[in-house]
Formats: sequence, structure tokens, C-alpha cells
Amino acid sequence: MTGARGFRRIDGEENLERRATFRTPLLPWLLVLPQLLIIFVFFYWPTGEAFVWAFTLEQPWGGGREWVGWQNFFEVFNSAHYWSSVKVSIVYAVGTSILAIGAALLLALFVDREVRGSRHWRVALIWPYAIAAPAIGMIFRFVFDARAGIFSVLNTISPNAWDPSLNGTHAMLMLILAGAWQLVAYNFVFFLAGLQSIPRALTEAAAMDGAGPMRRMRDIQVPLLAPTFFFLLVINLTDSFTNSFGLVDIMTAGGPARATDLMVYKIYADGFKGLDYSGAAAQSIVLMGLMVLLTFVQFRFVERKMHYR
Amino acid sequence: MVERRPLLDLFTHFLLLLSAVALLVPVWLAFVAATHDIAGVNRVPINWLPGPHFFDNLSEAWTRGGFASRFMTSLVVAIGVTAGKIVLAMLAAFAIVFFHWRLRLVVFWLIFITLMLPLEVRIVPTYAVAANALRPFQAILDVTGLTWLIQMVAGIQVDLQWRLLNSTAGLILPLIATATGTFLYRQFFLTIPEELVEAAKMDGAGPLRFLRDVLVPLSGTTMAALATILFVYAWNQYLWPLLVTTEPERATVMVQLSRMVPRGDGAPEWNIVMAGALLAMLPPLAIVILMQRWFVRGLVQTEK
Repeated sequence: MTGARGFRRIDGEENLERRATFRTPLLPWLLVLPQLLIIFVFFYWPTGEAFVWAFTLEQPWGGGREWVGWQNFFEVFNSAHYWSSVKVSIVYAVGTSILAIGAALLLALFVDREVRGSRHWRVALIWPYAIAAPAIGMIFRFVFDARAGIFSVLNTISPNAWDPSLNGTHAMLMLILAGAWQLVAYNFVFFLAGLQSIPRALTEAAAMDGAGPMRRMRDIQVPLLAPTFFFLLVINLTDSFTNSFGLVDIMTAGGPARATDLMVYKIYADGFKGLDYSGAAAQSIVLMGLMVLLTFVQFRFVERKMHYR
Repeated sequence: MVERRPLLDLFTHFLLLLSAVALLVPVWLAFVAATHDIAGVNRVPINWLPGPHFFDNLSEAWTRGGFASRFMTSLVVAIGVTAGKIVLAMLAAFAIVFFHWRLRLVVFWLIFITLMLPLEVRIVPTYAVAANALRPFQAILDVTGLTWLIQMVAGIQVDLQWRLLNSTAGLILPLIATATGTFLYRQFFLTIPEELVEAAKMDGAGPLRFLRDVLVPLSGTTMAALATILFVYAWNQYLWPLLVTTEPERATVMVQLSRMVPRGDGAPEWNIVMAGALLAMLPPLAIVILMQRWFVRGLVQTEK
């Protein structure tokens, strides 16, 4: 998650040009060289190669790569499996985002009331962010296991009443809960930071005018949190499109019957298990496009709203 | 608190307690599972209270997973990623903020565009690069005809190879290839007053001296915040280590954890697996709880 889409605030600060600077022609290049080398080899080259692979096909007898134009994309878009993967990705992304943002907003509003021990409440609510996706995936898989988990008792009443390894809806539900469980903590930190930056004078003035806590929540806190809200929405969506790999791989491996075959998991499965590099590359390009779009939305629209604070 | 509302305060505490407990439930159940034997963990309905086998399960998970060497690998990777990112980020941000040079803005954007695409979406070609990290350079030599030229002139067949699979460098380097830290450092450097730079120059300090004696000591807070975030991030990596460690002995803790459950239909020994999960999540959890202040600060700052 700290792969960090950090485009916030870049543009406003470009005019913060320094006058007092060093002028040695060679040194700055030496200083950025390590970083440039590493992003060239592990970022720009692979990204470029993804584009090449997406438009070519490897010859089965090793005759190099043949240019095939958009054919790989046509194959991806004509595959029913791909569209079902897009559909479940959207269900997962929307489900986790709504759940995680809603719960975090509610909690932050209450912690911000500065009830006694709010510092301790903060620890009690942010620690899930530290738990790795595979660990929490494993734990949720056990908790919702059909034979050993909390719902195992349902299966003794009526067989197969709950089984995420057979029922796609159950599997998706389990995945969304695990994803939201992880994101709640993260969103909470940001909502709380946002709330605590609201000037106290504003809240006190409203209280003096007779506005109760609920009224202040509705008319001051929630509207002033709008930028944070949109920011988190973009981050949550991005995160659930990319970072969900660990959860899916551990909990469901895309099953049952592709019910949880999220886009990022499908790229991995097609590329490394199906050895269809061109197909996986084409799918990567689509997902990259989606990420660029989300970043653009964040940069373009969310940034604007930031000024209103 | 703006006004006294005892009833609302009570409700607030109640709601917070409820949510804190709700967040804790899965981990509590995992802990309980790790304290029972195989029969206890498969009991219906599920056990809510711990049993006597906690340490047996922990040591069983520890030996079965070979966690001693897995922890070592994960620790080296996490520290490597943290240190590597901090050093690279600081140097790059220093060059971008404190120097006047052509192409400064181009380099700035080249670095910051990497924030947009996480490793997951370019995973397949990144893997190809890891199989031979010098592949980009080889390809450039091939395309520009230099390979041919060198062979004609010197009679040497240029074949650059640096296999990163199953190596520590292979685990660390691709995770460093983002700009998270550079961005944070840039934000921090922009707050350094210009007078400080002027004063340093007047005292005859060169840029490197300025970096070492002024910026590094001043950036302690930034560094601590970044380090906690990066350590947790690196320790929790899963997809990349899964691909790059094809030999089981080279696996990280997270990859090992995923291998503790049999693929296919076999029922997992949940008591051992849950003990393994608790072990695997302990180091980052300890960091977050002990360094809570830095962690929160780092989290909020890296995204801004």
C-alpha cells in the first residue's frame, strides 16, 4: 500500500523555486544516478516490455516475437473469463471501499470527540494495518472455514449452508470482509488526521450557536472531510485492484469456479501458470490504464478540492 | 471536548469498544486455534477460549516452517529495502531540491511517474528482468548494433548476465524501484529555509558537507517515519518473493506461511498454521505498536 500514489500537492509547490542552490554540473547527476538506474531496470524497462509483449506473439518454435497488432487485446476482450474477472474485481473494489470507508469515518468521528483515552483508542484501531495480507488471509480463511470456522455450526444444522470453498458468493463475502478489515485502519488514520485539522474555533463557535454534536458532525465535520473522503476513495479503489493479490492467492486461489478471480490474480495465473505472456501483458496494459485513470482523477479533481480547506 | 454530554460519551466509548473488539475477533480466534490440538481446533462449534497447547504449536510451526532461516531472509530483505530506499531517496531528493541543473524537472517527473504503477501490474516483465537484470542493457547493445561491432572488432561475444532469482538482491532491488521515499524527502527538503543553504555556502561548505552536517541531522524525524513504514511494507511483501524465490529454502516468512496449507483438498492443520500466522505477523505488529507515533506520521506523509 505504500507503493504510494503520492501525487497530492505536487503542482502547487512547483513555484516554490529555490534561489539559494548549489551549482555543480556533474554532482546532481551522480546523486540521482542510483535511483535512475534502478527505476530504469525495474520500472521503465518492464513497463515498456509489457507493451511489446502485448502487441507481439512468441513463436512456439523459438523464431523470436511476431508483431500481431491488437490481436492479443481482441482475444482478451472476447474472453468471457476476462469479463467475469472484471465484474468480480469491481464487486470486490466497491464492496471493500464502501465498507472500509464507512466504518472508518464513523470511528474517526467518534474518536475525534476527544473522549478520555483517545490516544489509546487510536492504537486499538490502527494495528490491523501492520498485518500482512497473507497472514490475515490465512486467518480469515480459518475463521470462515466450512469445517473448523465460526459458521461450521451452521453446516451441522443444514449441510452446505456455509462453504466458501464451494459457494462463490460466500467466497466473495469472505474476501471483501478481509480486505475491508485491513483498510479500515488505514482510512481511520486519514480521517482522524483530517478531523483534527479542522480549526477548533469553528467547532466551538458552532457549539456556542447551539449546534449539538450531531448537527456539527453533519454541517461542519463531514463537509470539511470531503477532500479526505475522495482521496481515500481513490486510494481504496487502487488498492483493491492491485494489492488484493495476497488475499486471493491465500484464501481462494480465484475459486470456486472463478468467483473470486480478480484481475490482478488473473494476470498472475495466466502469465505464470498458463505461460501466456502475451495475454497477461495485454491484461497488464488494461490494468495500467485503469491505474493511470484513477491517478488522473485524483490529480485532477481531488487535488482541486483540496484547496477548499 | 467542546461540551459535556455524559450520555454521548458513554455511547462513544461503547461504540469504540465494540469496534476494537470486532477488529480483534479474527486474531483472537487465530490465537485460540493456535492453543489447541488438532481435535480441539476442528471442534464444532468453534472454541472461543484458549487451550493448553500454545507453545507446542508454536515450536512445531517454527521447526516445520524452518522459520529460523525464513526470519533471517525476511529481516535482511526488510532492512535492505528500508536502508536502500532511504539512501536512494535522500540522494535523489537532495539533487532535485538543492541543485540548479538542466533536465532537473525531467528527472523529477521520471522519478515521480513511478508512483503511479505498482509492481503488481507490471509483474510478468519484471520477472523476466529478474531472470537477468542486465537484460535491458544487453537488449540496447543488440538493437544499436554494438554487440555486433564489439564482436567484429574485439572478437568477444557480449552476453551480459546477472541472474537475480533466489538471490537477496533479487528480493530487494525491484521493491526499491518506486519513489515513495523520494517524494517524502522532497517535501521535507522544501521546508528547509534558504538562509541555511546561504549560511553553509558562506562558511565554505560544499554540497556534500551540507548534506552530511545539516540535512542528515535535521531529517531524523522524516527518516524514522519513513523507516517504520518501509519496514512494514517490505516485511509484508508477498507476490514478488513468491515469484522470485523458486527454491523453498530461499523463501521469506510470508511465502513460507502460504506453503503451510496443502494445495488441493487436504484439510490444513489449523492449529499449526495459525501459530505460523501469529509468528509471521509479529515483527511488523511490534513496530507499529512500539513506534506508533512515527508510523502514523509516516503513513500520513507518504500519501500526501
